[in-house]
Amino acid sequence: MDIDKVFKALADPGRRRLLDQLHADNGQTLTALCEHMDMTRQAVTQHLQQLEAANLVAVMWQGREKLHYLNPVPLFEIQELWIKKFERNRLGVLLALKTKLEGQDHGNEET
Amino acid sequence: METKKPDFVYVTYIATTPEKLWQAIMDVDLMAQWWVDPKAGCSRVNVSDWKPGSPWEHRRADGSNIVDIAGKVIEAEAPKRLVYSWARPGEVADESKHSRVTFDIVQYTDSLVKLTVAHDDLAKDPSMLNGVSGGWPTVLSNLKTFLETGHALPQTAAAAHA
Repeated sequence: MDIDKVFKALADPGRRRLLDQLHADNGQTLTALCEHMDMTRQAVTQHLQQLEAANLVAVMWQGREKLHYLNPVPLFEIQELWIKKFERNRLGVLLALKTKLEGQDHGNEET
Repeated sequence: METKKPDFVYVTYIATTPEKLWQAIMDVDLMAQWWVDPKAGCSRVNVSDWKPGSPWEHRRADGSNIVDIAGKVIEAEAPKRLVYSWARPGEVADESKHSRVTFDIVQYTDSLVKLTVAHDDLAKDPSMLNGVSGGWPTVLSNLKTFLETGHALPQTAAAAHA
């Protein structure tokens, strides 16, 4: 909804890790998500609330289980409305060059 | 009847009314303006009478009328909930191969409508799962932009006219 909320939510490495977890396995409970996080259940809950407020996480109830889903719609909107205008093609070439020179291939995932 | 765990859940908040949103996901002329697949370079429309039990078809709107996806309307409760099955055209008769799409529309605030799209029962078909996962965010962003501004996102609209 609010692009500032999305950027703020993405600014925290713990919250990005939660999104990565949901990307690997969508629709997890709080308990399942906590298993791979080295922080308290309460901290994970708070991070999830912020992700939900930014609409990056959607919640579905399955009986009594609260399942968390990665909602990529705001990410797509940022890419489409904001990042693309900075000439993504040329940036792609630069990133490929940097990756090649640095001899690593992380951070170069195609979306 | 809802017991399956969805594979994907997409949420978008749109400054519109449930009635306008309902019309936008039903009306072929409106849909051709926002259901754009940049990869295919043309619009798609979902064609049906939207009565429970009726067939529906996901057609290319480039004059070819090629059907890429088809299925049956399972629930249609205006302007709140639409559920349809989702299958390759050759597999419409075989319900074991179908996945399912649910649109839930809720008035969120006075001016915002919350649209939740869930796609379930996809896991048994990895290639369909892959194809679908990239597509919904584009489609929903376009739907939002279309309802709020009257036109689709600039890039995708350009692709549609290319």
